[in-house]
Amino acid sequence: MEVTYVKAINMALFEEMRRDENVFVMGEDVAELGGAFKVTEGLLEEFGPDRVIDTPIAESLIVGAGVGAAVMGLRPVVEMQFADFISCAFDQIVNMAATFRYRHGGQVSCPLVIRAPAGAGVHGALFHSQNPEAWFTRVPGLKVVAPATAYDAKGLLKSAIRDDDPVIYFEHKRLYRSIKEDIPEGDFLVPIGIAETKREGRDLSVITYGGCLHYALDAARIVEKEDGLSVEVLDLRTLLPLDREAILATAKKTGKVVIAHEDRLTGGIGGEVAAIIAEHAFDYLDGPIVRVGMADTHNPFSPPLEEFVLPNTDKIVAAIRRLAAY
Amino acid sequence: MALEREKHLAERSLLTLTETELQDMYRMMVLIRRFEDKVAEMYMRGKITGFCHLYAGEEAVAVGAIRALYDKDYVVSTYREHGHCLAKGASPKRVMAELFGKATGVSRGRGGSMHLFDAELRFMGGYAIVGGGLPLAAGLGLSIQYKEEPEIVCCFFGDGAIPQGAFHETLNLASLWKLPVVFICENNFYGMGTLTQRAICQQELYRFAQPYNIPGVRVDGMDVLEVYAATVEAAAHAREGHGPYLIEAVTYRFRGHSMSDPAEYRSKREERIWQERDPIKRFRRRLIERRISAATLDQIDREVDAEIEEAVRFADESPDPDVSEVTKYVYVDA
Repeated sequence: MEVTYVKAINMALFEEMRRDENVFVMGEDVAELGGAFKVTEGLLEEFGPDRVIDTPIAESLIVGAGVGAAVMGLRPVVEMQFADFISCAFDQIVNMAATFRYRHGGQVSCPLVIRAPAGAGVHGALFHSQNPEAWFTRVPGLKVVAPATAYDAKGLLKSAIRDDDPVIYFEHKRLYRSIKEDIPEGDFLVPIGIAETKREGRDLSVITYGGCLHYALDAARIVEKEDGLSVEVLDLRTLLPLDREAILATAKKTGKVVIAHEDRLTGGIGGEVAAIIAEHAFDYLDGPIVRVGMADTHNPFSPPLEEFVLPNTDKIVAAIRRLAAY
Repeated sequence: MALEREKHLAERSLLTLTETELQDMYRMMVLIRRFEDKVAEMYMRGKITGFCHLYAGEEAVAVGAIRALYDKDYVVSTYREHGHCLAKGASPKRVMAELFGKATGVSRGRGGSMHLFDAELRFMGGYAIVGGGLPLAAGLGLSIQYKEEPEIVCCFFGDGAIPQGAFHETLNLASLWKLPVVFICENNFYGMGTLTQRAICQQELYRFAQPYNIPGVRVDGMDVLEVYAATVEAAAHAREGHGPYLIEAVTYRFRGHSMSDPAEYRSKREERIWQERDPIKRFRRRLIERRISAATLDQIDREVDAEIEEAVRFADESPDPDVSEVTKYVYVDA
């Protein structure tokens, strides 16, 4: 069945809500309007207002009330309308949700899912373009996922909903309707914490996730055709916990690593991936670890400025060529 | 301060509560006071470390309010929560052990003074972020509504939480959705060292109920029966599906904000005036007027002292958590 990324997320919600009546959806305009991006479209009609709940615009409260419901045994899927707004809920995520289980010696768990449409390239400017995943990937108690394909979007959301710990699910809004793929009918899961090799290669590895996966795959095809390079592409899929085994395996296999993400370079998760490789696979490296990320600035509105600061296929191709020639 | 109606309801409670119930309330207030006095002593002796906020002086609020709930109702508290946790039925031994950071503590030594929790007793936690527990209380209420259960949530917070956005976000939602939550603001006049006059635009805090279209009352938080009577009404209101209720309990902490605060921002005269309104002494006088003998109450005092000594012994002799388990409980499968 051919589906878009947004449809895959929508299907996961339908299937999980049918499977378990403790699953419910809550957020700004998720019910009557079906969500700002129509991710929750149709849920209200099937599941009614008790399970598909429009809330006031109050992110801290949306997450906090979700935490309260989760520790009572429900499985709330709350939506931040844009991932940029997640900063309003920061305290409830890092202090409340993430520590709940630990703080009380394991008495209760907090099976909460926070969906957050992230990412640039849609001319959203400063507060509708960000990739805030790295604010959370250093918080124990949380899990953070960022699917890049329709298959992973569906499978990871279903896993997140069934997970007993709080999961932040970053979905890339540029991908919603720009990618389409065949996925199997019915129920399937993608495990949290497991990366996937999206393309096998011998000469060099690109480690990436989210919106940049598609640039990386395009770049790999280009350098194969034009330079005869065989590039492996590893999609992290989960950012916390990182799949260290898969990261080290590809680094050891090719000895040359490019890390690409749409998040800013400084403090982005690429730094952590590079550190893991430098610490545990140093002897296997045939060149420096190269990072491609967004420039260390804000997300500008002007389309030429935006294009200038964001990573893209060309920038990844250039990084691959530079490293290959090392 | 409190309205005549609240005083009247309190008088009526004195007649409707049984002698055993009244004695139990007295016992719990004494237990909390002696517990906190002992915590201060253990702190000075270095047995308890970290940040520790005592509830002495405010006992009437926790005991009056929690006595008005059913056992299965939920309580959400603050970082000054030893009293609420004990009043909800937690074992003084396990609370003291938590303050000592021991493996036998209610939170297995992971939380300490500000993060007591007992899922079985439905004591849903102390929160060391001012106002942090309020959105959570809304979520508990939402869950009760979702599952169509008969319980309610009683959410304590201090005057310091009122300027927080979480307070306003939560009251708006709780009122809008008619969530079964009784909000109890313990107004002790100081947000740490800052007088409410310097922090809040409205000194009659119960009036914050009005913009959210819910009932709000102010009670004398040094009178356990007044708190009890108001909470009985509020709990019935919430349980019957009419939505949340705000109670402002005017009270006073007899010690500083925390063990490291000598409270020099308060005058000795002010402290003396409030000491004269000591909720335990007042309640004791009323019980004696109601012909409960001083000897009976003295006997309760002695029993409580023994219980506190036992709690200290238990905490002191308990093992520290094992460092090999330091990451246990971070994740469900950890």
